[in-house]
Amino acid sequence: MSRVLKTPLVEEDVRSLHVGDVVFLSGVVVTARDAAHRRMIEHIQSGKPIPVNLRGGVIYHCGPIIRRLDDGRMEVISAGPTTSSRMDIFEPFIISRLGARMIIGKGGMGGSTIDAMKRYGAVYAAFPGGAGVLAASKIKRVVGVEWMELGMPEALWILEVESFGPLVIAIDSSGKSLYARGSR
Amino acid sequence: MDEETLERIIIKAIKRAASTVPPDVKFALSQALRRETNDIARMQLEAVIENIRLAEEKKLPVCQDTGILYFYVRLPQLADAELIRKTILNATIKATYEIPLRPNAVDSVTGENSGNNVGVNVPWIEFEPSGGDCVEITVFLKGGGADNVSALESLPAGEGLGGIKRSVIKAVMKAGGGPCPPVVLGVGVGGGAYIAMKLAKRALMRPISERNSDPRIAQLENEILEDVNRTGIGPMGLGGETTAIGVNVEVAHRHPASYPLVVLFNCYAVRRVKVKVFPDGKCQFE
Ligand code: SF4
Repeated sequence: MSRVLKTPLVEEDVRSLHVGDVVFLSGVVVTARDAAHRRMIEHIQSGKPIPVNLRGGVIYHCGPIIRRLDDGRMEVISAGPTTSSRMDIFEPFIISRLGARMIIGKGGMGGSTIDAMKRYGAVYAAFPGGAGVLAASKIKRVVGVEWMELGMPEALWILEVESFGPLVIAIDSSGKSLYARGSR
Repeated sequence: MDEETLERIIIKAIKRAASTVPPDVKFALSQALRRETNDIARMQLEAVIENIRLAEEKKLPVCQDTGILYFYVRLPQLADAELIRKTILNATIKATYEIPLRPNAVDSVTGENSGNNVGVNVPWIEFEPSGGDCVEITVFLKGGGADNVSALESLPAGEGLGGIKRSVIKAVMKAGGGPCPPVVLGVGVGGGAYIAMKLAKRALMRPISERNSDPRIAQLENEILEDVNRTGIGPMGLGGETTAIGVNVEVAHRHPASYPLVVLFNCYAVRRVKVKVFPDGKCQFE
C-alpha cells in the first residue's frame, strides 16, 4: 500500500504502517550519522539543549553532499542513505528520549532499536541505497545546518522534503522486519 | 604534456567516475529488472536505474558517498611519476570543490576531516610500468558501505573450491543490505593474504560482462553468482532474487599451507573510469 505522510508524525499514523508499505514523505527530515548521534546523547545526558526538535520527527541516516552557492544558499547535490546499523548503539535513546517516529536509512537496524520502535511507536523506512541524486531531487531546500564543525557528512542537516521516497517500511512498530533473510 | 593539461584530464576523469556507472553494470541492472519478480525489489531496481539516469543527465555524483579515491597508473618509461602523483593530489583537491565530491578523508587518530579528500596515504595511488608511450590512469571511487563488509579468510588448505563458495555466501549473508545490493563481488583466491587482496581489487576492475579466461574459474564465477542470488537478500536487503549482478574471481597459485580468500564488495554504484593520456596532451576515455 502506498501512503503519503506529513511531518510531524503522530503515533497513530506510524502504528498503522506495516512492513512492505510504501510511503512518500513531505515535511522536514534531519540528517544524523554516528558523530551527531553521539553528540545529541552527550548533550541530553549533561542537560544541554540540542538544536533540533525531534518530537514526531524523522531522522535520516545520511551524509549528504551540499554545495554552498555564491548567494549563500545551499544546494543539495546528492543525498542517499548511509548504513543504519552503525547507529544501533544510539537510536533507542533518540526514539525514547527525543520522540523520533521514523528512522530513514539503508540496510536495517537491530534488536534494541526494534524494541524501542515497538515500545514508543516508531518505524524504520528504507530509501533506495546510493540513490543520491534521486533523493536530492525530492529535497526542496536546506532549512538549516547545525554542528557543521563535525564536517559535512556528519553535521545535522535540516531538510525540507516533498514526496520523499519511495520509502519502504522495512521495520514496523510491531517489530516485523523485511530483513529476516540477511543478518541485519 | 604540461601539468595543467594533465590536471584538467584527471579532474574530468574523476567527474566521469563519480557521475556515471559503466555500461556493463547498467546493462546488468536492466537485465535484473526484467527478471526480478518481487515488487519491492523491482521498486528498488527502478529507483537505482532512475537515479543513475538523473546523475548522468545532471552530471552529479550518482551516490553521495564518493568514496576514497584510488588511482592506478600505468606509466611509460620516461614519465615522471612524482609529477603525476603531485598532479593527482592537486586534481583531487580541485575536483572535491568543483564536482563537488564529499570530503571523505578523516584523520585516523583525531577523527578530523581534511575537507578535501587528501590525507595521509589517500588518495591511494599505485604505479605500474607499461610499454607504451601513453599514461593510462584508472580512477576508482570506493564507498564505505560496501567496503565495510569486505572479508578476508584463511581457509584450511584442503577446502577446495567448495570451501570458497561457502565462504563467499557466508560473507554475502553477513553483509545483508549494508553494501547496497545488488552488489558486484571481487574475489581473490590464492597466494598469501596480500596477494589475494590485490587480486580481489583487480577483479573489481574487470567489467562484469567479461568472464575469467580460465574456463574453470569462469564456471566458478557463474556458480557463485547463482548461489548469491538464491540467498533471497535482494536489492537493498529488502528481499528478492537480485542480490548480485556480477562476480569476478582472480586467482594466483598459493602457498601449500594457505588458502587465502578475499571478498571485496562493490555496490551497484560502480564508479571506475579509465583514461589514456598521450604525450601531446590528448586524451582518450575508455
Ligand atoms: S554502498 Fe555504494 S551505493 Fe551504497 S551508499 Fe555506499 S557508495 Fe553509495
